[in-house]
Amino acid sequence: MKIHEFQAKDLLRTAGVPVLAGKVVRTPAEARAAYESLGTSVCAVKAQIHAGGRGKGQVTGTGQRGVELAKSPADAERIAAGLLDQTLVTIQTGPAGQLVRQVFVESGCNISRELYCAVLVDRRVGSPVLIASTAGGMDIEEVAATTPELILSEPFDPDRGLAGWQARLLASKLEIPVASWRHAENFFRRLCRAFVDLDASLLEINPLVLATDGTLVALDAKMTFDSSALYRHKDITLLRDQAEEEPAEIRAALAGLSYVKLDGTIGCLVNGAGLAMSTMDLVKLHGGEPANFLDVGGGADVNQVTEAFRIILSDHNVKAILVNIFGGIMRCTTIATALVEASKTIGFSVPLVVRLEGTEVEEGKKILAESGTAIITADGLTEAAKKVVAAAASQA
Amino acid sequence: MSILVNRDTRVICQGITGKVGEFHTRGCLDYGTRMVGGVTPGKGGDSVADLPVFNTVAEARDATGCNATMIFVPPAFAADAILEAIGAGIELVVAITEGIPVLDMARVLPVLKDSGSRLIGPNCPGVITPGECKIGIMPGYIHTPGHVGVMSRSGTLTYEAVWQLTQLGHGQSSCVGLGGDPLVGSSFIDILTLFEADADTHAILMMGEIGGSAEEEAAEFVKHHVTKPVAAFIAGRTAPPGKRMGHAGAIISGGKGTAEAKLAALRDAGIEIAESPAGMGAAMARAIERSR
Repeated sequence: MKIHEFQAKDLLRTAGVPVLAGKVVRTPAEARAAYESLGTSVCAVKAQIHAGGRGKGQVTGTGQRGVELAKSPADAERIAAGLLDQTLVTIQTGPAGQLVRQVFVESGCNISRELYCAVLVDRRVGSPVLIASTAGGMDIEEVAATTPELILSEPFDPDRGLAGWQARLLASKLEIPVASWRHAENFFRRLCRAFVDLDASLLEINPLVLATDGTLVALDAKMTFDSSALYRHKDITLLRDQAEEEPAEIRAALAGLSYVKLDGTIGCLVNGAGLAMSTMDLVKLHGGEPANFLDVGGGADVNQVTEAFRIILSDHNVKAILVNIFGGIMRCTTIATALVEASKTIGFSVPLVVRLEGTEVEEGKKILAESGTAIITADGLTEAAKKVVAAAASQA
Repeated sequence: MSILVNRDTRVICQGITGKVGEFHTRGCLDYGTRMVGGVTPGKGGDSVADLPVFNTVAEARDATGCNATMIFVPPAFAADAILEAIGAGIELVVAITEGIPVLDMARVLPVLKDSGSRLIGPNCPGVITPGECKIGIMPGYIHTPGHVGVMSRSGTLTYEAVWQLTQLGHGQSSCVGLGGDPLVGSSFIDILTLFEADADTHAILMMGEIGGSAEEEAAEFVKHHVTKPVAAFIAGRTAPPGKRMGHAGAIISGGKGTAEAKLAALRDAGIEIAESPAGMGAAMARAIERSR
């Protein structure tokens, strides 16, 4: 789950990680008032969307950047007016961009150096790690690819947290002046503590600023959470901004389904993430374009599977549906029953190609045959893919 | 021979009194697995599928002599169940549970490392040695005894691959689902090591997916340490960057973990590639043929 920068900074402030004062606003007039109340000579006015690359991103039509500095109340108002209710296109939003619904007006600070740090779980090490680099403000993926030696990494135990010496070692390697080590130690250790306490999956500070007064400040903050751990963080689930998410994906999440909308015409309903990805690959290999990734999971019941069909059909680009089920935990009878149910209640407006294998496959095929539902059956993957691509083409 | 499990493996189920735990315990019994009991705290003394239920793993071990456990405990309690199994000295811990918080697993792994236990999963279909022992949720009938070792990060994709092998007449020595979570107990390299050492495994088929670098590491290992023919498939070639495809680990970020990078590494290690998920069995057959 993603949250906005201003929300992440609220969480960091509570965790004792230094951030600048700021206010989130929804109108240009509020932006002016926020500037005045913050009382600094320079403020940053930042679009709040669930995507990075805002500083280099551009507002459609005007070319205004997603983050700009305001030197007066009028400035803040003007910048906010240029962002609010406008579409911002960044390297992470895709060409369609994202609507800006709120902006964050934040105090400025005097920057001495820009660094980078992030906390995440490293699969290879098997534990959370704090990574840091002197290449602050830059695209860290680029840095990692071209100059991996500039990326420092310190693993830590989730319960013991980052040790003081590890924080000092990083400070030393980052060439942070010794006079600021006390600040660095607090900053890094509290950041790691916040990551663990909040069950985050990523906590990225880019840039991390060494200010001219010797303190460290999180100038930006990007935070995502482990969805498997949200059950123990009800307060964090409240930070979810559904306006930033694809409506069909929200609906799927409510039904316990894993759905990702794509741009093609062939709807896919599959059990298991690996097989679902492979089914998309297969559709593409045979000349089709998948309309979605949809994993109904192992334990889905008839209601969930019916909802899955509804979600797929709510995408009007869908010209045909491929059901590919290899039953394990999921029984083919569940899918077959849901398919018949969905056909009765919602009706299929597009051709449906069904490939069933695995647990209770014969019983499942029997349910389909006896129901008289209009489906195209397929044995094996290649046949299923060819049939669904042909079916979609016939609808175009 | 085979790896991890065989007809002598004595298995308990943690979470046996739950609906799913009971269903799959019966499925394993039907397959011929030597299920010897189950554990659910507070339900000791009950019986499920004619098997005794114990309150703790230690009690189950003392009473049944089990050396493997299959875990169906709900996600919020599953890490604790894994730790309990490790604490009781169970040799093989197979965690089927999906949705365990990542940091819970980060707390389990150091304990696992200092123990004599091996963990498969979590979020995996389990382990099977066809005709001998099935610990997990895979449909038994698709497997056939033979000499191809199969391993994968994805459950249903493993079934697909196994089914193709069976239809082509290539039986399996053992099949291992590693699990789709970012932190799992066993890696491709761990299982490659076992397959390479197993005289009954003559060839190895692996299914990877986008995200992380486990496949690249496996390729490097194969290049230097595996003498048997290896074939591979990578799921997610068409997945767009930045979108998480179901598995917590399956995401391409900043050009890392792409299918292309993984395929290049696998090819470089001399591994036969299946271009289509429909061609996984055929790729294995080609690799076996080529090695003759």
